[in-house]
Amino acid sequence: MIAEAGLAALWLAAGLAALQFVLMIAALRAKQDVGRAIRSVAVVQGALALVAFAMLLWVFARTDLSVALVAANSHSAKPFVYKIAGAWGNHEGSMLLWVTVLSVAGAFFAWLSRRTSGRTLVAALGAQAALALGFYAFLLTASNPFARLSPAPAEGRGLNPLLQDPGLAFHPPTLYLGYVGLSVAFSLAVGAMLTGEVDSKLARAMRPWVLAAWIFLTLGITAGSYWAYYELGWGGWWFWDPVENASLMPWLAATALLHSINVLAARGALKAWTMMLAVIAFSMSMVGTFLVRSGVLTSVHAFAIDPARGTFLLALLAIYVGAAFTLFALRAASFREGAPFELVSREAGLVVNNLLLSVILGVVFVGTLYPLFAEALTGEKLSVGAPYFNSVAGPLALLLATLIGIGPLLAWRRSKRPIGKRLTVPALLAASVLVTTIILAPRMGPLPRLGLTVAAWLAAASILPLTGRNPLRAPLATWGMVLAHFGIAVALAGMAANAAFTSEKLAVARPGETLAVGPWLVQLQGVNPTAGPNWTATEADLRATRGEGLLTLKPQNRYFTDPPTETNEAAIATVWNGQLYTVVGRPDGNGGWQIRLWWKPFVTLIWLGGGLIGLGGVIALLGHVWLRRRSGRTWGRRGYA
Amino acid sequence: MSRALRFVPLAVLLLLIAGLIWRLANPGDSVIRSKLEGRPVPAFALPAALPTKAGLTSADLATGRPRLVNFFASWCGPCITEVKVLQELKRRGVAIDGIAVRDRSEDVTDFLARRGDPYARIGSDLQSRVQIALGSSGVPESFVVDGKGMIRYQHVGPIKDSDVPLILAKLEQAR
Repeated sequence: MIAEAGLAALWLAAGLAALQFVLMIAALRAKQDVGRAIRSVAVVQGALALVAFAMLLWVFARTDLSVALVAANSHSAKPFVYKIAGAWGNHEGSMLLWVTVLSVAGAFFAWLSRRTSGRTLVAALGAQAALALGFYAFLLTASNPFARLSPAPAEGRGLNPLLQDPGLAFHPPTLYLGYVGLSVAFSLAVGAMLTGEVDSKLARAMRPWVLAAWIFLTLGITAGSYWAYYELGWGGWWFWDPVENASLMPWLAATALLHSINVLAARGALKAWTMMLAVIAFSMSMVGTFLVRSGVLTSVHAFAIDPARGTFLLALLAIYVGAAFTLFALRAASFREGAPFELVSREAGLVVNNLLLSVILGVVFVGTLYPLFAEALTGEKLSVGAPYFNSVAGPLALLLATLIGIGPLLAWRRSKRPIGKRLTVPALLAASVLVTTIILAPRMGPLPRLGLTVAAWLAAASILPLTGRNPLRAPLATWGMVLAHFGIAVALAGMAANAAFTSEKLAVARPGETLAVGPWLVQLQGVNPTAGPNWTATEADLRATRGEGLLTLKPQNRYFTDPPTETNEAAIATVWNGQLYTVVGRPDGNGGWQIRLWWKPFVTLIWLGGGLIGLGGVIALLGHVWLRRRSGRTWGRRGYA
Repeated sequence: MSRALRFVPLAVLLLLIAGLIWRLANPGDSVIRSKLEGRPVPAFALPAALPTKAGLTSADLATGRPRLVNFFASWCGPCITEVKVLQELKRRGVAIDGIAVRDRSEDVTDFLARRGDPYARIGSDLQSRVQIALGSSGVPESFVVDGKGMIRYQHVGPIKDSDVPLILAKLEQAR
């Protein structure tokens, strides 16, 4: 019954999405006022999608094996939290989550957006409905999550053990909130291009949505990076894997949009560019979803390839993005650009930021898809690896991080006050870091060395916008910006320190033997069997010390039975200045065990920085929401983020 | 903004769609062919792994008829199931040579006594030198070598029952 109720809710939601779209057409063609009606329809449609998703969670919670999806992806002996997480750890469930987030975002947009002009709101809600309609059709015709299995099997097939991890419970839903949250910016841009009302009012309506989606993307990517770091047991935090890139590309576009939207909101300039970015940001989310769900690119995120589903998703992508870009090409000429600005100004700084972010986005886009095109044109198989991305995107990112220290100090329109003096302290700090690393670590690579230098520069320069006036009276949005920019410096320091100072040891050790890595001495006490709820494991008992104190680490090699899989559970000890990362491998047959050790100084700063960037976004969002309540004052001119 | 520039995003999208349609129509073949296929076996000479059986040199592989060279080890789990399949191949007239990787003579003797011995000759590759020279990354792995000592096929992982027709076909092609 529950599964049927979920399916019924899905059909009803699809019907309402169709109605919502028809209302939009009627409003635009017959100039009828359908504002109230279309908003109610959008809210009910979102509620129905939520009901459908709740029903899916329910059948997974009860392990109802008569539902084909549950039988294929769950198991009665699985811990409860992973039964729930299993609902979106598969194709159909994750697509239902996708469309649910899309519809709920549309419902909130309809409910909250009183400030958008009536006609643009109706057009945007119609565009949102058109998006939802395609994905409902996809679920109902090609990926029904509620299909029954008769007779029901006695036991389910289990969930990929790599995914049985607290990280999975939060990482995909967080990323989806980010991916799909950008749909509101897309719909607003399409709506505004239809009605021709591309102005600063639109930018202010769009900004909270972009900011919220960007926060979720930032946190989702940070969490995903940490998950890959400790769960895959490879010791790396970013692999330039196609699926990782699929989440990075919308983030880059959203970051650019987040900055250009401020120019539109404050100065009415960069209209065409901002509309294009709004379309691109969500398009990248759809490209990412397509790349992940169709399995066309080889990746550690191995999902089954299904050409029929891939074709359906590709058709949706072509229709939506193609329509939006066509609209853009036809309407871009009609946007009247706002106030002009000079070469040295806040606007110009933000244009440079946008150009650099766009070039980095292009670099990642080309690198991710190049193997596909190379094989299509020449038949040769190749892969584009970390060396390309690091050596092309790395210097651009460093240049951008350097300029982040300067941009926020410039005034709107025309910057007259010299800022060189304010930047003395950051410059001196950066120079001393550079000199110190040259003296103490002469053989460090150029990128890590510059990374440390720029991190020191940005850490000091990023807080300058709060100086020179009472920081407690600065707008919350400025605090958010400062925190986010400081977070970039922190993350950059972590990346550079990890690249420059990591020491690694791969050895075969017998019980009693001691291995050295960095400042640590690690002794293998023994290897013992152990068991969990649905796995057995061999567990190494390691004792690590660096002079004082003794840490116990117990990395495991786990064997799951349903389905039969082996995973490495790294044991990681976090100390104030880094992490000791240990992995146990196979026995060598002579009483020894493969042990892999890494000492990674300050690696934790990478994710701490990511968290700070997200937190900065949250504060800026609070600032914008709070500021809207206090009408009349034009804080927006000074507020930034 | 000039007129042409406004159509750039659309053009990029069309290019992307074209590429993805091509990929959906030609699903990627994730099998990477060995670079050594079609090349002669690198010269090597391995001592005997067992006191009772001859060792293996690259010259032993160019005998005028195709042979199967199998990398195995007594410490390798999948090799246990593979031996049965190798014996079935031997029963069908396939000449099989073994290379024991990083193994001790007594362990190999014990392994073959318990599981059966499909091999004509067994070389002992203590340091994995030959394994690396042949571009093999693990055990078990097998190579089809034709009568002139050319590598014709590399099989990564154990030969399963379902692979028998494939191996026989490769040996037939190498004739």
